[in-house]
Amino acid sequence: MPETDRQVAILGVGMHPWGKWGRSFVEYGTSAARAALDDAGLRWSDVQFVSGADTIRNGYPGYVAGATFAQALGWSGARVSSCYSACASGATAIDIARARILAGLCDVALVVGADTTPKGFFAPVGGDRPEDPDWLRFRLLGATNPTYFGLYARRRMELYGATERDFARVKVKNSRQGAANPNARYHKAVSEDEVLASPVVASPLRLLDICATSDGGAAVVLSSMDFARSRRPRPVKIAAVSTVTPRYPNTVIEMPNFATDSSAGVAPPDRPFRDSITHAAYQEAGIGPDDLDLAEVYDLSTALELDWYENIGLCKAGEAERLLNDGDTALGGRIPVNASGGLACFGEAVPAQAIAQVCELTWQLRGEADGRQVEGAKVGVTVNQGLFGHGSSVVVMR
Amino acid sequence: MASGKARVPVIEGWFTTDEDRPQLLGSRCRSCGARFFPKTGACRNPECGRGEIEEVALSRTGRVWSFTDNRYQPPPPYVASDPFEPYAIAAVELADERMVVLGQLVPGTDVAALGVGAEMELALGTLYEDDEREYLVWKWRPTGA
Ligand SMILES: [Zn+2]
Repeated sequence: MPETDRQVAILGVGMHPWGKWGRSFVEYGTSAARAALDDAGLRWSDVQFVSGADTIRNGYPGYVAGATFAQALGWSGARVSSCYSACASGATAIDIARARILAGLCDVALVVGADTTPKGFFAPVGGDRPEDPDWLRFRLLGATNPTYFGLYARRRMELYGATERDFARVKVKNSRQGAANPNARYHKAVSEDEVLASPVVASPLRLLDICATSDGGAAVVLSSMDFARSRRPRPVKIAAVSTVTPRYPNTVIEMPNFATDSSAGVAPPDRPFRDSITHAAYQEAGIGPDDLDLAEVYDLSTALELDWYENIGLCKAGEAERLLNDGDTALGGRIPVNASGGLACFGEAVPAQAIAQVCELTWQLRGEADGRQVEGAKVGVTVNQGLFGHGSSVVVMR
Repeated sequence: MASGKARVPVIEGWFTTDEDRPQLLGSRCRSCGARFFPKTGACRNPECGRGEIEEVALSRTGRVWSFTDNRYQPPPPYVASDPFEPYAIAAVELADERMVVLGQLVPGTDVAALGVGAEMELALGTLYEDDEREYLVWKWRPTGA
């Protein structure tokens, strides 16, 4: 199929603001869904397929998120799917909806993800589960998510000479960019000194280097290009979705694993897992990193944002600090990264996050990102990675 | 040990309990030779996937891939001491297997003196204890320390 035959239209986007609201994820999800439907100019009864991104922290309704949202919006007979792929769940849910549209099985699909999170570190779900690596890594090692972020950050310092000040500058940049974003949780511009004065969590990373966990909800309404023609003359489109898994041997230690694969017998792949995520999306969309106007990357930590610059092809390995310090990735720079403010300003609401990235690119490509607009943006990419080997990247085009 | 408590592995079958020369226990595929840690029920080399699996003791030494110092008390099921003692974790690439394995550092390790590439060896250490037992886990320490 030529690339243009694989596109679907983004007719509407909507979010429930991120925060620590302490209410049900169902409320955030339905609120985001209604906002996306209003934005699309459609009614709930126009939706033929609901694709839910699951939450594992909210009981049974969270494991069947698609149906939970459908019931909350009022049973309409729509077909439904619910999926979970950790932080990549939103992209997977988008991919399922897209596939159904491209297969001609429906014209209009609604994708929704929402979460309510506890305070503090993400902990494994309760109960003794000595067969579950996500339980065992806490039990045997005390390896929290920030442990892994700290390992990646220290390696950047050792290999490329990155400094704690470089990491702090990522937070400074993102906090300024998200300050005007009405859906962000944090709106305060943070200084380098504030980051460097915050307590160490997992060295070299400090509290303000690491993203919080948040409540929030995000939704998109997707349709076939044919259906879109009568509604929006030039809709923003999804040109590619990548949900790739690693290739053996995967030689980077990843949550929640105790060890990598061994590369003693089989050579590692030419392209490491994180590099392969957007590579697959670029190939599907028929573009390269030089075609991008902006990117939304998963800044679980400040240092990880720098890793992503290299993983998505904005620069070579070891050059991310220069890109940051030259202002290339700030608003007004060559390739703004996390114009939304990123996780630094949102905090992580797992199943909503990859959908929220697509909402941001849609507003940017429509020219509706007040206070954080990337001028003339035509092509954007999202990237993130979910626990247990889930790649997630979406290419959005005008 | 001074406490007189029984020293038992916190998990069965993941490492040997030789106090001086402990080793991690992994799996080896008899067909393609691939090694895995923790143990696996079947070969995960996609070009193989059919070999019989046997237990294998892994290299005792390796080089630092990266390291971090955990300053905040993790949530359960980690059993934290009271008061909480921060601990460091290293990712070490095993010499022979070229596989990176996580482990806590032996308490008192000078983290500031570590660097990527530093030589490490496996040790046994106490993860936590109750009234009767000390629960042992593998840990990393700088070679010769
Ligand atoms: Zn094999």
